Amino acid sequence: MKSTLMRAGYKKVSRQMNDVFLQFASKVIFFLIVMFAFNLFFAGHYTPGGGFVGGLLGASAVVLLLIAFDRKTVHKMMPIDYRFMITLGLVFAGVVPTLSFLFGTPFFQHQFTYVEVPILQELSLHTAVLFDIGVFLTVMGACLLIITLVAEEKA
Amino acid sequence: MNAQSVLDVVLIFSILVLSFAMLGMMYRIVVGPTLHDRVLSLDALGVLLMGFIALISMMIHSQYLTVVILLIGILAFIATIGFAKYLEKGLVIENDRDSDD
Repeated sequence: MKSTLMRAGYKKVSRQMNDVFLQFASKVIFFLIVMFAFNLFFAGHYTPGGGFVGGLLGASAVVLLLIAFDRKTVHKMMPIDYRFMITLGLVFAGVVPTLSFLFGTPFFQHQFTYVEVPILQELSLHTAVLFDIGVFLTVMGACLLIITLVAEEKA
Repeated sequence: MNAQSVLDVVLIFSILVLSFAMLGMMYRIVVGPTLHDRVLSLDALGVLLMGFIALISMMIHSQYLTVVILLIGILAFIATIGFAKYLEKGLVIENDRDSDD
């Protein structure tokens, strides 16, 4: 850590320097950004949004934690291997369109139905959501993998 | 002169003013003497961009652009924090913030 304080000789001061405001604020803002990411994700079929933008925003929420804390702490918060995340997303995005073959419809055929729910009344269920979950996981995992791999090199 | 045309004139005038303000920000980003000037003007450019998109969404009578405004706000916030940490500590993402090296 090449801080200006350390170059001036304040090694112990720099070590105990604690970004209280940034760390406390990022703990709150992280959940706001994740909520907005899921809002964008579920708004995706009829209005602007979808899996790609939601995944990018979810990745930027984790990047905020990475900036405020460090890689070790974030790995302790969320012990997820990003390569496994990409694999799971690709499996979702590959299997769900292929399943249409088994029901006699063309590749990528979109199926939907309407369900009656007591309080929320009529809801529409789409198979496109399952495909979008795959896109979400792939984009988020790829962004975080690239950023952590770049950050791993010593400055 | 009805209310709609008055609103149109006001919107076009505000967009012009914001455009000139953004040109000033671009000038400061390109020829800023220090990195701090560039970071500050980049943050202000993000805020101006949010206002610009709000005016555009009023002009085309669409409510879907509000999501874009929120998105640009979040991204500009994270970019500013990243630049601030780079200027303060010399690196953006640390491996272990308690270690000495």
